[in-house]
Amino acid sequence: MASENLIDIKDLNFSYDTRAILKGINMTMQRGKVIAIMGGSGSGKTTLLRLIGGTLQPSSGYVKFAGQVVHELNRDALFALRRKMGMLFQFGALFTDLSVFDNVAFQMREHTDLPESMIRDLVLMKLHAVGLRGAHRLMPNELSGGMARRVALARSIALDPMLIMYDEPFTGLDPISLSVIGNLIRRLTDALGMTSIVVTHDVQESLKIVDYVYFIADGVIAAEGTPQQVRASVAPFVHQFVHGEEDGPVPFHYPAKQYRSDLNLEDPVV
Amino acid sequence: MQRTTMDLWVGLFVVTGIVALMILSLKVGNLNVYNPSQSYTIIGNFENIGGLKVRAPVKSAGVVVGRVTDIQFSTETYDAVVTLSMDSRFSFPKDTFASILTSGLLGEQYIGLAAGGDEAKLQHGDKLMKTNSAMVLEELIGRFLFNKASEDDSL
Amino acid sequence: MFKHIVSGIQNIGHRVIESVWRLGVAARFFLLVLLKSSTSLRRFGLVVRELYFTGVLSLIIIVVSGLFVGMVLGLQGYETLQKYGSESAVGTLVALSLVRELGPVVAALLFASRAGSAITAEIGLMKATEQLAAMGMMAVDPIARVVAPRFWAGVISMPFLAAIFSVMGVFGGYLVTVVFIGVDEGSYWSQMQSAVDFRFDIVNGFIKSCFFGVAVTSIAVFEGYDAPPTAEGVSGATTRTVVTSSLVILGLDFILTAFMFRGVS
Repeated sequence: MASENLIDIKDLNFSYDTRAILKGINMTMQRGKVIAIMGGSGSGKTTLLRLIGGTLQPSSGYVKFAGQVVHELNRDALFALRRKMGMLFQFGALFTDLSVFDNVAFQMREHTDLPESMIRDLVLMKLHAVGLRGAHRLMPNELSGGMARRVALARSIALDPMLIMYDEPFTGLDPISLSVIGNLIRRLTDALGMTSIVVTHDVQESLKIVDYVYFIADGVIAAEGTPQQVRASVAPFVHQFVHGEEDGPVPFHYPAKQYRSDLNLEDPVV
Repeated sequence: MQRTTMDLWVGLFVVTGIVALMILSLKVGNLNVYNPSQSYTIIGNFENIGGLKVRAPVKSAGVVVGRVTDIQFSTETYDAVVTLSMDSRFSFPKDTFASILTSGLLGEQYIGLAAGGDEAKLQHGDKLMKTNSAMVLEELIGRFLFNKASEDDSL
Repeated sequence: MFKHIVSGIQNIGHRVIESVWRLGVAARFFLLVLLKSSTSLRRFGLVVRELYFTGVLSLIIIVVSGLFVGMVLGLQGYETLQKYGSESAVGTLVALSLVRELGPVVAALLFASRAGSAITAEIGLMKATEQLAAMGMMAVDPIARVVAPRFWAGVISMPFLAAIFSVMGVFGGYLVTVVFIGVDEGSYWSQMQSAVDFRFDIVNGFIKSCFFGVAVTSIAVFEGYDAPPTAEGVSGATTRTVVTSSLVILGLDFILTAFMFRGVS
């Protein structure tokens, strides 16, 4: 069971109009693991998550989730599939018109016919798992950023999914909230037997908790490996990324004309 | 389903809306006076209808007893054919006299019915025998001036 | 110079194509909302919740404006009519203008700026903060769960609001002309009743407000759903909702009036 692959990604290509975002991605993700996908801003990480969730269609190749090819499913099958997935959005994306309790109860009420008393117990259990049982009456605008993300985490595990995808879970958090979220991701993955995909550019925090890392740059997998391998890696890109160096394979300058000609230091072309 | 104060407000809103619609129908409009489902139609030819319009009231002794439903021009007799839809609660003798009148000096025009003495009643589709045209201001003034002039001549 | 003219024409053409394109998208979205309305009917609680926000919260502005519009109509109507000695017809004037035109139109304009803009802003913000995407990932269709209930709540509340507006206006006219100025109460009501027809005036006014309700709310939900997911995007969409709905209300009013009242007084 533990060695079985939950997700297989094969030769995945995706482009917006003519702009290629992903070029021939191959990945395998085993059940029960926490996998990090790292890369600079705009490298196609979030696009990859959307392809797994089936909100985008690949140009070629496929994503296979639990044996089903995601983009070949019809609407009903896709919605059935998504019930097995949870997703934590960058800033939580809590429903602002619902209380914390109702946010966590949202999927249970939409997808199940459970009696209200049982929903109450389940919601409090989920909130207890993220340490916010006492906050169930609050509205989302009364929560701090870290608390909102924990509530969103509780909401995404509401129906005990097989997979949770985290889109930049560490962005904009203070160090304490950051390690709280990191540890929660690890603990919940182990306790519930889920698989987690963490899209992030927070190298230090994620290396502490993940089992395997993929680096994406310019739409291709630049490097992969376990955290130990990554830390020890001498590949220029990985080294630049892990140590946060300014210049390297990822250039500091956006591609541009010659500096001199941009400043009109050369003779103008008549 | 839990009941909330929000539900109460929405309920009140819907009730207010329905009450407003009922006030419009009953108090502002005249839904209770005239019900076109129970009616019979009669026709009248008028030499001149003046400013009479479709939907103008038909009154007898000042009471609304029907409405004008159609106005056509007849190419045979070269006059106006006015169709009246009458409330079936009121029936009128065959020789009822219809004239086009004006409510007030500048008010709307309506058809006034003055009942005659005939035993037979008007039936659906019948034609009014005696009609009187609308007053046209120019004609009225013209007649007045003509009378004045002939009076002066006779002196 | 020539280049400027060409680029200007290109610009106009581009804008026209863009607008037609958007209109097509809006039409498809409108159909989608109708197709996905079954959830709203099955779980009417969702619509009731939105009725509170679109209907109940619009009541105050509708009641107050209706009252004032009626009072102004009564005052102006009286001033004009008394010159001809027919001030008793003021009830007719107030009621006909309200029931046929001002009730549906002004209530719809107020509704567009009060509830329409709120709907757009709310849906736009839900999109900008990824709430709609989150809902989609939870296998809940945002159009069925978020858009359709708001659409139906708007469509339901609009005729009620227009009727309340008209009643308040007639009452406002009554206050000014009968209570303050002293027009005969009996002739105020009786002239009104003999002139206002149920089928032609009240039903037509009701039909108008239904059309306006559909127009305003579909514009509002579309603008919200289509808004670029940024702060400027949402504020721009909110403005567009108010502007577009106002123009559509007035244009639609002309078309409907031409259909309904042509040939009759």
